[in-house]
Amino acid sequence: MIIAIPRETAPGEARVAATPESVKRLRDLGFSVAVEKGAGAQASFNDEAYVEAGAEIRDDIKQCLDGAGLVLKVQAPSDEELELIPEGVTLVAFLKPAQNADLLKKLADKKINALAVESVPRISRAQKMDALSSMANIAGYRAVIEAAHNFGRFFTGQITAAGKIPPAKVLVIGAGVAGLSAIGTAKGMGAVVRAFDTRAEVREQVESMGAEFLTVEIEEEGSGTGGYAKEMSKEFIDAEMALFREQAKDVDIVITTALIPGKPAPKLWLADMVDSMAEGSVVVDLAAEMGGNCDYTVADEKVVKSGVTIIGYTNLPSRAATQSSRLYATNLVHLLSELAPEKNGEIDINFDDEVIRGATVVKEGEITWPPPPPKISAQPKPAAEKKAESSAVVEEKPAKKKSPLSFLLFWLVAGGLLLWLGKVAPPDFVSHFTVFVLAIFVGWQVIWNVTHALHTPLMSVTNAISGIVIVGALLQVGATGSGLVTLLAFVAVLVASINIFGGFFVTYRMLKMFRR
Amino acid sequence: MNGMISMAYLFSAVMFILSLGGLSSHETARRGNIYGMVGMAVAIIATIAGIVAGAYWMVAIAMAVGAVVGLSLAKRVAMAQMPQMVALLHSFVGLAAVLIGWGGFLDPRVSLTGAEHIVHNTEIYLGIFIGAITLTGSVIAFGKLQGLISGKPLMLPARHWLNLAAILACVVLGALFIPADLNAGTVINLLIMTSIALLLGIHLIAAIGGADMPVVISMLNSYSGWAAAATGFMLSNDLLIVVGALVGSSGAILSYIMCRGMNRSFISVILGGFGSDGGEVAEGEIDGEVVATNFDEMAADLEAADSIIIVPGFGMAVAHAQQAVSDLTDKLRKMGKTVRFGIHPVAGRLPGHMNVLLAEANVPYDIVLEMDEINGDFPQTDLALVIGANDTVNPDAVEKPGSPIAGMPVLEVWKAGKVVILKRSMASGYAGVANPLFYKENARMLFGDAKESLQSVLGKLSG
Repeated sequence: MIIAIPRETAPGEARVAATPESVKRLRDLGFSVAVEKGAGAQASFNDEAYVEAGAEIRDDIKQCLDGAGLVLKVQAPSDEELELIPEGVTLVAFLKPAQNADLLKKLADKKINALAVESVPRISRAQKMDALSSMANIAGYRAVIEAAHNFGRFFTGQITAAGKIPPAKVLVIGAGVAGLSAIGTAKGMGAVVRAFDTRAEVREQVESMGAEFLTVEIEEEGSGTGGYAKEMSKEFIDAEMALFREQAKDVDIVITTALIPGKPAPKLWLADMVDSMAEGSVVVDLAAEMGGNCDYTVADEKVVKSGVTIIGYTNLPSRAATQSSRLYATNLVHLLSELAPEKNGEIDINFDDEVIRGATVVKEGEITWPPPPPKISAQPKPAAEKKAESSAVVEEKPAKKKSPLSFLLFWLVAGGLLLWLGKVAPPDFVSHFTVFVLAIFVGWQVIWNVTHALHTPLMSVTNAISGIVIVGALLQVGATGSGLVTLLAFVAVLVASINIFGGFFVTYRMLKMFRR
Repeated sequence: MNGMISMAYLFSAVMFILSLGGLSSHETARRGNIYGMVGMAVAIIATIAGIVAGAYWMVAIAMAVGAVVGLSLAKRVAMAQMPQMVALLHSFVGLAAVLIGWGGFLDPRVSLTGAEHIVHNTEIYLGIFIGAITLTGSVIAFGKLQGLISGKPLMLPARHWLNLAAILACVVLGALFIPADLNAGTVINLLIMTSIALLLGIHLIAAIGGADMPVVISMLNSYSGWAAAATGFMLSNDLLIVVGALVGSSGAILSYIMCRGMNRSFISVILGGFGSDGGEVAEGEIDGEVVATNFDEMAADLEAADSIIIVPGFGMAVAHAQQAVSDLTDKLRKMGKTVRFGIHPVAGRLPGHMNVLLAEANVPYDIVLEMDEINGDFPQTDLALVIGANDTVNPDAVEKPGSPIAGMPVLEVWKAGKVVILKRSMASGYAGVANPLFYKENARMLFGDAKESLQSVLGKLSG
């Protein structure tokens, strides 16, 4: 089967869906590849490199698509391009199925099978095909670069002969892939980085990147299914806004990345926050395409409001076209190896495969979007996990329930026995017995407090203490007038002494070793 | 005079309680040991000064010899041999209790009648019975731990009936002995009972497998306490009663904790025979294959990991690898990694055995955590290092209801990103069950002597 790689025609789009390297790997899967002339030029891949990798260069899009069974693109096709794509072909690109119902209908009418790369489910197995994440990674990086470009100061703090330079303070809102990437980049450039996210579970990730995690003091968990955030309650948003207002006065750079799937981006950085920021500050809004997180954001534009630069570029990955083309092309290779498991250059849109089912939006003239929901959340909630764990434990024995009757009976019998003992036993014994029982209870209480780590010293010290039987032997030695008893007692004193000295000394040795 | 002695005894008893209380934390533990020594010194001095008339030289000789033997034993013992040492010391308490019981029985000064006579004889009888079992039981436990006797449980035919017969015989002999006056017949009765109890001690402990030794040791600890308490009753001495009760309940609690650590009932441990059903789990039931690793790979794994949990077991003690473990820990911590230890309650052959070994090798105690404290952290851990542990990390315990160790709490090392297991061979542990952990996808085996392996890996680590 021939794969066609047309040149991207959307304005500002510099990426390409295949690189010379990915062409080789596509050929390994059994495909032949036809690349439109100049398709990789803007991403710094020239036609010769493609030829060298085994691709065929075709002069225009019409020729490129001729005889192709599979079309790989970055952006969704324009109407003109759509005209040229023959019936029965399979198209893979960013199709934005949630916003592009029209396009899906046209594709279905033309009987073009379509896979939307952003619909690949977010499960562990599909991570290598997750083009959204690879693009988000680049967007996060690029956001910091754009911010630095428009920011009149250093990111890192320095003390120089010409004066002290304070470090830039960066606030990242939304710690998804893009957010984390932005944190890492800004941190790498020396800035002080803070990050906010509604999902408590990302705290560790944020902190591992070296940023400070900001939270609001309201108990609410922001995780939805599929690893995305969900919309929050009003109380939560109020607290969040208060936090942001405070931060606005302090930070120099704000990077917002908050998106809720299938909905307009939430407004998080309001006009008054921008107004309260210092002049020269920069806001980069990565949600510009979905309406923006910032009130002032204009999609694809850089605007300046009250001295603050607000950047709303929608296609940041395209501004790092070489890198993003590489990652995207690799994602596509992985997706195709899933589509063509036999490596014979033929594809099979197999709906039993969860990944392919998720990605496919049009099949044989039918719109198959949206797919059924993903089976599991990428990160199960701790509580649910615990529950599963305990159910995995073999049938727990039913807790022994003591009926009040048997409880009563026990104490009646015990009390009766005690009374009987008191009646028949000599008074001396009774007083000793009292001491004995009380001592057991004291021991019971004291021993439970001993930490597990000290159980060995506990044994050796109780062993030494039980050498107290020496007292009994001492009472017998030489006092009875019987030679045999004296001999027995002599040996008893000896062995008990071994115990006392040996036990205490070995305990001492052991305890000496414990250090913090 | 008597009042003063009683007060001195009271003082010692309080000291002993404080001593045990002191062990509740590392900070106060050493002070606790000193309290114990003070209590003991006061008790002995008060007894000698107040009651013992004459025969001072005999006391002095006996104590001097005992002190020399005891101190030299305690000085020479290696921390890995601690279980044997404790077992041996228990046997001395048992021996002393037997001797004192006989002494009390033969004491010509005692002439009691009626209920007092019966109570006195009962106390003698019980004291000797418990003492004798403690004596031989501890000797057998010592032999098993020292390797002088096979760790396999001794399975005589009808062993439960043998035990029952022995106990019944003792009860019958006791019924004859207790009401009778001192004469040749009662001496013979008491002699027979002492022999039976000695044999019973041997048989009881011989039937218990090596894996259950922690329980046996703490149980014997408890017995030695009860023997001391019985002696106290016989001699009407409250100090002995109090101390015996303290030690007795201490041992009982430790036994209980150990049993809970293995999810087994105390009775099933005492009846013995565990570990003899080895090989019941067919090898074919385990899917996957064992992947061996090497020093370079393990060093690379360690370098790649940020958080590491080390799970030591008895194998670490056998290989004397604690120093190598400590060196590795130091190095990894210097490289900025989080290194912690997870200790199973029954790891080793003595409660808390691993803690003592790690302390000997200078591992800071605040990174050594209990199973319950650390089990939840495995999923967030990059690498788990299992050193000579087997049954305590067996996934079957939670995953396979039919397994002999089902329900036993285990360290869930397989939930870590990667598990490296240092082990001599594929042999099964004391419980005699195969371990599917070795077959898990994220598990790697490093065969060989743990000490040598760790030293080699340490050499390969950069930085």
